[in-house]
Amino acid sequence: MTPISPHKPAHFCLHQSSLSYSHLTLSSPFLILAYDKIAVASHHLEPMRKGKRKKKPSPGSSQRERERESQSHLLEQKENPNKNRHSFTERERHCDFFLERETKNDAVKMFRNQYDTDVTTWSPAGRLFQVEYAMEAVKQGSAAIGLRSKTHVVLACVNKANSELSSHQKKIFKVDDHIGVAIAGLTADGRVLSRYMRSEAINYNYTYESPLPVGRLVVQLADKAQVCTQRSWKRPYGVGLLVGGLDESGAHLYYNCPSGNYFEYQAFAIGSRSQAAKTYLERRFENFTGSTREDLIKDALIATRETLQGEKLRSSICTIAVVGVGEPFHILDQDTVQKLIDAFEIVQDEAPAAEPDAGAEPAAAAEEGEGSGAGADQAAVPEPDVAPMDI
Amino acid sequence: MESNQSKPGLLCNPEGSQRTLYPYVTGTSVVALKYKDGILMAADMGGSYGSTLRYKSVERMKPIGKHSLLGASGEISDFQELLHYLDELILYDNMWDDGNSLGPKEVHNYLTRVMYNRRNKFDPLWNSLVLGGVKKGQKYLGMVSMIGVNFEDNHVATGFGNHLARPILRDEWHENLTFEEGVKLLEKCMRVLLYRDRSAVNKLQISKITEEGVTISQPYSLKTFWGFSAFENPTLGAEGSW
Repeated sequence: MTPISPHKPAHFCLHQSSLSYSHLTLSSPFLILAYDKIAVASHHLEPMRKGKRKKKPSPGSSQRERERESQSHLLEQKENPNKNRHSFTERERHCDFFLERETKNDAVKMFRNQYDTDVTTWSPAGRLFQVEYAMEAVKQGSAAIGLRSKTHVVLACVNKANSELSSHQKKIFKVDDHIGVAIAGLTADGRVLSRYMRSEAINYNYTYESPLPVGRLVVQLADKAQVCTQRSWKRPYGVGLLVGGLDESGAHLYYNCPSGNYFEYQAFAIGSRSQAAKTYLERRFENFTGSTREDLIKDALIATRETLQGEKLRSSICTIAVVGVGEPFHILDQDTVQKLIDAFEIVQDEAPAAEPDAGAEPAAAAEEGEGSGAGADQAAVPEPDVAPMDI
Repeated sequence: MESNQSKPGLLCNPEGSQRTLYPYVTGTSVVALKYKDGILMAADMGGSYGSTLRYKSVERMKPIGKHSLLGASGEISDFQELLHYLDELILYDNMWDDGNSLGPKEVHNYLTRVMYNRRNKFDPLWNSLVLGGVKKGQKYLGMVSMIGVNFEDNHVATGFGNHLARPILRDEWHENLTFEEGVKLLEKCMRVLLYRDRSAVNKLQISKITEEGVTISQPYSLKTFWGFSAFENPTLGAEGSW
């Protein structure tokens, strides 16, 4: 039997480059089993496949190719001009297709393919897959949220400890009195980048006796990230940074992503389940410019609660940091945060009509009800404040 | 700045070491004060070659960026080199194009760093600098010496101005001088310097910097009075003196 690459477990689709390992002769029972299953199934598919295989890409079909590539990477492999790699049987090519079909439901949106091995390889559609995978890493981290008004910036993040015994992961870093950063993704990368930011801020202050403008720091960070997308011996940073700070042109919130891009935001959320927070923020962001500091913090806490999806918001699982005019960047302590949470959650329990900001509360309550059913939680007896065992 | 690695021979060879030992073409005092709308600065236009008043049209005050004005006394060529560094600094600052700009405080600190670093290399820029400016309504006036000493004050002077002009300023300066009062005060100081400083020339410029920008006046001369009786027939009673 022609060997299949030993590296790939059966639930990933076997792609072209793996099939070139035909010189290897490993034959584990597991793989044989998979192969057999495939060989059987291949009968049904053969006629159709033959037809497809015969189709040669015509000159004007590059558009079609692009479309096909984005839908199914296997088909792209079939029409790949690297003909010298086709040193295997029809059946093996079959098995790619079959496996992929079988496991399409399990697979993440990104498929493995032959253009994702290193960051200096472009795909035919003009994508750098390694960079995109790095952005996926950001989505795996726990949520981080930022909002700004004219005079203040608030950063909030969800801190989940691995177990009751361990401490929380540090996700918010002070860069200077007027700049702070919240990270999501590979926290080690985030730590290293925060150290870089601190060093830049301090050097600027030493030379100019003046705080480093946030916009300039963000550009330096972005350029640093870009370097890692253009060197074959490096990998992109796997961390997204929400940089919030103040300078002479006002309050700013930026998002730096691993691709080396940066954007300025009125409010933004990154990390896992951040979409819920973003939806909440999208509804409310127009009011943020004129918000008071307290309202801004409250909005940050509510957005954080959105990402928790049903879990009760407690100060032990979230961190809030504020920077503003006349207020250097600092992380609020647990008690303050818990008091703020209690304050607005009590308000939540009372009849919305009785509240002056009744417009906001029912809307927030409605979102709550849809998303999480946490309304019941608040009315219930308060649970002991225990860190979760697992995320 | 040239790196020492590019001239190894010169470094090892004591005769070829490159460092400033003494100045050649120098400018004399600069005097400056804060007034109601900003900063007023005065400097004459002389460049002395030792004891010869050789150059009489040297501009010793230059605007820096949008918000600052720099005046220098001491070695003119070092002043020109500083202007070159500042040019580059302001250029890069403008290239950011992000609404932030270097103000007088930042430029002053940058200059302090440059002067101090050069002094540490035993290769000073032989200048005393006066840096004034206004940014967002805040007036700033500071001085940096060739060894990197820097400070801020309401009125500063370099060289002989420290000894002759500052006492006048200490007596007569007050907050919120009008432009006319400020100019009169500066002219008073410059006149004393003209009389008493041998390297002063009677051709000066006064510049002002406000929130709107920098204006450097055309060169003009001060009126002087030499009609003292002691100056008439000075050798009377000095037999045999030349």
